[in-house]
Parts: sequence; C-alpha cells; structure tokens
Amino acid sequence: MRDEGLYIIYVMASLLFIFAIKGLSHPKTAKTGNDLAIFGMLLGVIGTLFVLPAENDFWIVAVALIAAVLGVLWGQTVEMRVLPQMIALLNGVGGLSSLLVGLAQMMRGTAYTSDACLGIAIGSVALSGSVIAFLKLQGIYRLKRLPFFNLINVLVFCLICVLWIRFLIDRTMMTACLVGVAALLLGLILTMPVGGADMPIVISVLNALSGFAASAIGFSLINITLIMTGALVGASGTILALFMSKAMNRNLASVFFGKAHQMTETENALNKTAHAGSVEDAAFLMQNANKVIIVPGYGMAAAGAQYALKNMADILEKKYHVEVKFAIHPVAGRMPGHMNVLLAEAKVDYEKVASLEEINGDFETADVAYVIGANDITNPRAKTDSLSSLYGMPILDVSKAKTVFFVKRSLNAGYAGVDNPLFFENNTLMLYGDAKKITEEITADL
Amino acid sequence: MSFLFLLTIFVLSCCIGYFVVQGVTPALHAPLMSVSNAISGIVIVGALTEAAWADAWSVEEMLSLGAVFFASLNIFGGFSVSARMLQLFKKKGDK
Repeated sequence: MRDEGLYIIYVMASLLFIFAIKGLSHPKTAKTGNDLAIFGMLLGVIGTLFVLPAENDFWIVAVALIAAVLGVLWGQTVEMRVLPQMIALLNGVGGLSSLLVGLAQMMRGTAYTSDACLGIAIGSVALSGSVIAFLKLQGIYRLKRLPFFNLINVLVFCLICVLWIRFLIDRTMMTACLVGVAALLLGLILTMPVGGADMPIVISVLNALSGFAASAIGFSLINITLIMTGALVGASGTILALFMSKAMNRNLASVFFGKAHQMTETENALNKTAHAGSVEDAAFLMQNANKVIIVPGYGMAAAGAQYALKNMADILEKKYHVEVKFAIHPVAGRMPGHMNVLLAEAKVDYEKVASLEEINGDFETADVAYVIGANDITNPRAKTDSLSSLYGMPILDVSKAKTVFFVKRSLNAGYAGVDNPLFFENNTLMLYGDAKKITEEITADL
Repeated sequence: MSFLFLLTIFVLSCCIGYFVVQGVTPALHAPLMSVSNAISGIVIVGALTEAAWADAWSVEEMLSLGAVFFASLNIFGGFSVSARMLQLFKKKGDK
C-alpha cells in the first residue's frame, strides 16, 4: 500500500515536471512553470522521506540544508554574464550525484546491476566534461585540437565497453570503479579540443548526459520518477544540442570529432580596405533613422554592454522616435538563450527581442544595423562561398540594411577563422574599440 | 517491475520530452537549461533512499550523503537561478 502511494506521488511529480517545461513556451507562463517544478520536487522528496527509516535523518537533513543554502546563495548572487559557467558546473554536479548514488548502491551490495554501472559511466563523462567546459569558459584552460585525439577517443570508448562487459560477468566494485575512471577520461578528452563558439552545443550535450545518468540510476533503483525525469532532461539537452548545431550548420559529431577550422581563408580579402566610421556618424545616422536593428554577440556579454545598449535604445525611441529592435541568432553567446537573459537583465522588453526567423525580413527596411560583438553570425560567406567552413549556416542579413555599423576591436576574423567580406562593403562602417565604451559614447552624442 | 516495462516508460518519456521541449521559445533556452538541471536533481530521492538504508559511518553512507549534498545543490542552485532569470523576463504590466 505504501509502495503504491509512493508510486502515485512519483508519477505526479513527473507530470508536474512535464508541465513545468511546457510553461517555458512563453515568458508569461514561465514563472508558473518554475513553481510547478519546485512543487513537483517537494512532492517527490517528501513522499520519499515518508517511507524511509528515520535513523540517519539528522545527517541527511543537515547535509541537504547546507547544500540548499549554498545553492540559493549561488543562484541569487551569480552574475548573468557568467551564467554559462554556472550551468556547466550544475551539469557536472548532476552527473556527480548520479555517479555517487550508483557507487553507494554497489557498496551496499543491493544492486550490482548493469544499469547502475551505466549510470556511473554516464555520470562520470558528464562530470569531467563539465569541469573542462567550465575551465574553458573561464578562460583558464585553452587547448588546440591534437591530431591523435580522435584515436584516443575511440580507444577509450572501446575500453569502457570492454570493462562494462567485464562487469556484467564479474559484478565487482573494482570493475565498476574502472568503468568510472575510464569514463572520466573520456569526458576529458571529448571536451578538451572543443572551441569557444561550440560551447552552446557542448553545454547542451552535457546537460543531456546528466539527465540520462539519472535515468540509468532510475533503472537500477526501479524508480519511476528518476527514469521519467532523467529522460525528460536528456531529451531537452539533446534537442538543444541539435537545434544549436543546426543553427551553426554543423554536424553534432564534427563538434567533438571534426577537424579544427582552417585559418587559410583569412588571407583572401585582406588587401581590401574597410571604412572606419566615427561615433558621431553613428549617432547622426541612428537618430535620423526610422528603424534600427541591434545585433548583439558574445562581445556584448564580454564587455557588459547590455545596459549601455538599453540606454541608447531608450534615447533613440523616446527622443527621436526611432523603432529599435534586437536580433538574436540562436548561437550568439556561450550558451543557448544567453543573449536573451542579458538583455532581459538590462530590462529590454522581450517583445523587442526577435529571433533569426522573425527578424530576417526586417533588415531590408532597416536604416541602420548595429552589430555589437558579433561576427560569424552575419558573415555572407555562409551563403555565397561553398568552400567556407561557415557555408550553409543561416545568418542574420545585416547587409540588407542601408548602413551597417560593426563595433569590433579589430578586423580579425571571428571564431570560425573566416574573414567577413561585410567589413569591406561600401555601406559598412567599422567602429573600433570596446563595445561598452563605443555605445556609451554614441549615447552621449545623441 | 520488469525491465521492459521500465524501458517503455523511458522511451515514452523521451518522446514527451521531445515534444514539450520543441515548444520552448528560444528566448527561454537559458532558463530551460537551469530548470532541467534543477529537476535532474530528483536523483536526490535515490540518494535519500541509499543514505537512509546505509549503516552509520559506512563508506556507502558517506557516498550517499555526498550524493544528497550535490543533488540538493543542483536543485536549489538551479531553481533559484531560474526564478531569478524568469523574474527578469517579466514586464511591468505582467503579474
């Protein structure tokens, strides 16, 4: 009877999680969605505590509370600029907790199951991969792709498979630990060569892995809500990863196994000259425009320019009655949706923030496109140059605007290593300098 | 419960996840990630079970208490940062 009750509670919790994610389909219902998820979590945890013996309760509650306080402090104080780092760490923490549950289960001798071993393996990959992703996002660790990485990847993957099969035969803790160690190694070498612009994809994949690890543990614990929720999270991460790689026209496999981008194309157009614009030009053209579209990229986040942008947009709208919109490419920034959060933080109305499909037709009627800290996502080579590594990637058609301003530190190629012919167009004016400083100077000039 | 039954549930949940997440607007992809991180902290129910049944001061107790700690960190960190983000997406007029 008690088991049936708990089962029903678990199903209800899982349902609440599903509706929580459904709530995220619109900013208006999103808050409710988050509350539903919190309620589902409470239900699951209280239901579980209800059927457990009370002997160890003190320590369990103490540990959970300490973590709760730390978690809330972390969530409330983290800067939105470093959100990708936090998400990367949370993915790793998720993998780690599945890993520990799997190990604990084996130590207790209740479940030497293949599922627990699989949970340990997936959790380990998520853990070590996330640590590397975090270090890369922090800029602490950089490494170029080495030629033999793919070979090592395949070898380690085979090693994990062999060890897992060995575990099926001998069912020992030792073999399970070896699987874990090999999987940690796999996580490291999978993530180490991945470049900065591919980070949104990597974070999504790690997110999916932390979900699937929980699912695997659910199989071994025969726990319905772990299986359902893990699958939900896994599906979410997978879809995000596919969405991001589609938006970059990259194959998911090529992010981890592909060759590094070639830098040779950079030489093609360097003998042309770009036109440098001045802050005064920008201010003059924008205040006389009917429509200005702002295209932010990672450079805006790095410079913390979102408040300055919001300020500029406000003055343009209120003083000069210019229509200002923001155009966000799916892979702008270092994680899915990063730009949107930063703009929301600066109190930009979400209805003025448009996605690639929504806004691309608008550039034709725009007088000014203000590209700030973005590059590859505007590169027309993605359409015209079939030899370019960007070819096929959907871009924001900024060149259709009457005038394009590029706020950039230099004429260097973007992350993809492909030079941007837009810099040399006649209707393009370059504003060299720090994204935040330039925007503030324009605002002062308005 | 048989393995096949659990597998069915897993596959169907993946499908539900697929369709639900498809509906999420790209603007909210960041909160989606933090919410999904928080709910993957549901592994805490496994950690609690293991911790409650483990012998006092045994290795398995330490491991499962560690799991309780990290799962709880995931839950509270994830929910609090997503609540904060979603607050940012509110408009003045919205309730």
